[in-house]
Amino acid sequence: MSETASLSQHVTSIAAGEQVVATCFLGRTPVFALADGTILFAGIGEETRIAAHPDAAILVAASDGKRLVTGGDDGRVVATDSGGVTTALAAEKGKWIDALALRADGALAWSAGKTVFARDTKGETKKLDAPSSVRGLAFLPKGYRLAIAHYNGASLWFPNAAAKPEFLEWKGAHLDITASPDGKFLVTSMQENMLHGWRLSDGKHMRMSGYPAKTRSFSWSHDGNWLATSGADACVVWPFETKDGPMGRGPRECGVRSRRVSCVAFHPLQLVLAIGYEDGWLLLVRLKDGAEIFVRGEREANDAVTALQWDGQGTRLAFGTREGAAGILDLPA
Amino acid sequence: MSEKIPVTVLTGYLGAGKTTLLNRILSEPHGKRYAVIVNEFGEIGIDNELVVGADEEVFEMNNGCICCTVRGDLIRILEGLMRRKGKFDAIIVETTGLADPAPVAQTFFVDQDVQDAAKLDAVVTVADAKWLSARLKDAPEAKNQIAFADVIILNKTDLVSPEELREVEARIRGINPYAALHRSVKADVPLDAVLGKNAFDLDRILEIEPAFLEAEDHDHHHDHDCGPDCGHDHHHHDHHHHDHHHHDHGHGHGHGGIKVYHDEQMQSLALTIEGDVDPNKFMPWVNELVQREGPNILRSKGILSFRGEPKRFVFQGVHMILDGDLQRDWKPDEKRNSRIVFIGRDLKEDEIRDGFMKCAA
Repeated sequence: MSETASLSQHVTSIAAGEQVVATCFLGRTPVFALADGTILFAGIGEETRIAAHPDAAILVAASDGKRLVTGGDDGRVVATDSGGVTTALAAEKGKWIDALALRADGALAWSAGKTVFARDTKGETKKLDAPSSVRGLAFLPKGYRLAIAHYNGASLWFPNAAAKPEFLEWKGAHLDITASPDGKFLVTSMQENMLHGWRLSDGKHMRMSGYPAKTRSFSWSHDGNWLATSGADACVVWPFETKDGPMGRGPRECGVRSRRVSCVAFHPLQLVLAIGYEDGWLLLVRLKDGAEIFVRGEREANDAVTALQWDGQGTRLAFGTREGAAGILDLPA
Repeated sequence: MSEKIPVTVLTGYLGAGKTTLLNRILSEPHGKRYAVIVNEFGEIGIDNELVVGADEEVFEMNNGCICCTVRGDLIRILEGLMRRKGKFDAIIVETTGLADPAPVAQTFFVDQDVQDAAKLDAVVTVADAKWLSARLKDAPEAKNQIAFADVIILNKTDLVSPEELREVEARIRGINPYAALHRSVKADVPLDAVLGKNAFDLDRILEIEPAFLEAEDHDHHHDHDCGPDCGHDHHHHDHHHHDHHHHDHGHGHGHGGIKVYHDEQMQSLALTIEGDVDPNKFMPWVNELVQREGPNILRSKGILSFRGEPKRFVFQGVHMILDGDLQRDWKPDEKRNSRIVFIGRDLKEDEIRDGFMKCAA
């Protein structure tokens, strides 16, 4: 790949017009969850906007490829399917939906303040009060088990068991949470501009620090060996291929620029990263040799990439920004 | 980055009249749209869709700053409110009656995302004219709120005598002579006395002299010498408040004629160097001072003249967090001197004075 390699002519712009909270593909259609409570279906030649949260804001969103689930400051959890049909799954009156997690089998979890709700595939909902407000939720890959990020640690909860959640303590405010695809590691981002990890087999701690800003986006590689993160002037990629994870090992840095990485997404089949920056730039970077391909970006821009999502085959990449720009990159065959 | 949203923090002890003031702000026809963060729903009488409930979760930061606490819930709520950017003009944060204002204020200096989106406008404390003196004795929270304030609304003044009012104002001035003090009945202050103050904006820290000294001068300017048969009326409308102060030999003492009670725990300290300071001495000194004494220093401010520097250096701080910058040029007719003020608990006055004086250039 030459330094001037560019895919910019393969980008189709979409005028979302509102901050893009999340993006996904429902069937073949790129879909954008917007801050103003609408969901934009950006099909070729036809655009549809659905008011999933009328007169409210979408705060969080998650998708399993079949539906897009959104949580709003109206306290509602709404599922939108590929046909644009919305179903209200929950309404917590007077609350905000602060975190959301969705699993491929249809299990869903959300939180409002300190209260966590888990809804299994049969639609049965269980409730848990966390020790403090919940900022992040993630399902573990095996079993019906939910990881919950909160102040001074994380909790692991089996919603269908009577047992109290397992508490993983680490001082500080934990924000987002993610489990490694093999279920061996749990990683949170923290208010103190660092990541914290636990090896679940023995509770061993991993501190991943050195970020100038909070990490608000992470992505696992398809093989589960790497965790890509935002929050620095490069995409910081931590190694998880051994049983010790990143303990005692440094990360890789990809796509080094003088601007901060705001959003990251690993390709679903290859060790290639899509990296979005706070100035709206978007690069593809090959992990093996750090080779970069330019996707989009303008000089002096100031419109952070806030959403990135590959389709299942990794041939298309949807992106969106804080000021309401969006688009699709179609990788040439 | 577009304009930052101003945030007013509304504090005050239980029953002082915070909710009354809040309801007034929301119901007056000012054409502004507010997002309101409250700790208890149901008290606000106005149907405002942007009312958010908060839990007042105070988080300790693991950043080596021992008194550094932030409001975790506020960080989360401000992030969420930014999804409605453009739909409101300002934010008001109401705290509980027992809250310490410091974590709220520190949130605006510690969290980068909050700093990028919003700016602290002022800490406004509502105080009950009838009960404040008693609360200052038995409730450390009430004292903190007075010491921390940029604006103090002394409410329910209709329930006290002029003498009691003078008494409670003297107690407030003994703790915090720098806040703008407004008397009110049913929180009926002009809203521009409360909102849009830019009290934390370095470019707007214009004067740090105690405002009451100026007010006192002002009163006397109305006065002039007339003969006994002077026919015109002098309208000494303010003056009668001060009529009796010379007869007061209680616990207070006069500063240019106004009564001030020195509080045993909470004081303010103002120091002036008539001329330049050496930044290579001052910066390490002030940093070390707030690192060491930060838990006791609630607020600090300063306007300094650095030797050879054409611009004024302005700083302000909350506990251990200092924010400072070179601001506008000294004007040709402006006297270059260096002034700092601290408001805090058990301030080591002599030590601070010695330390500052040694910074003289």
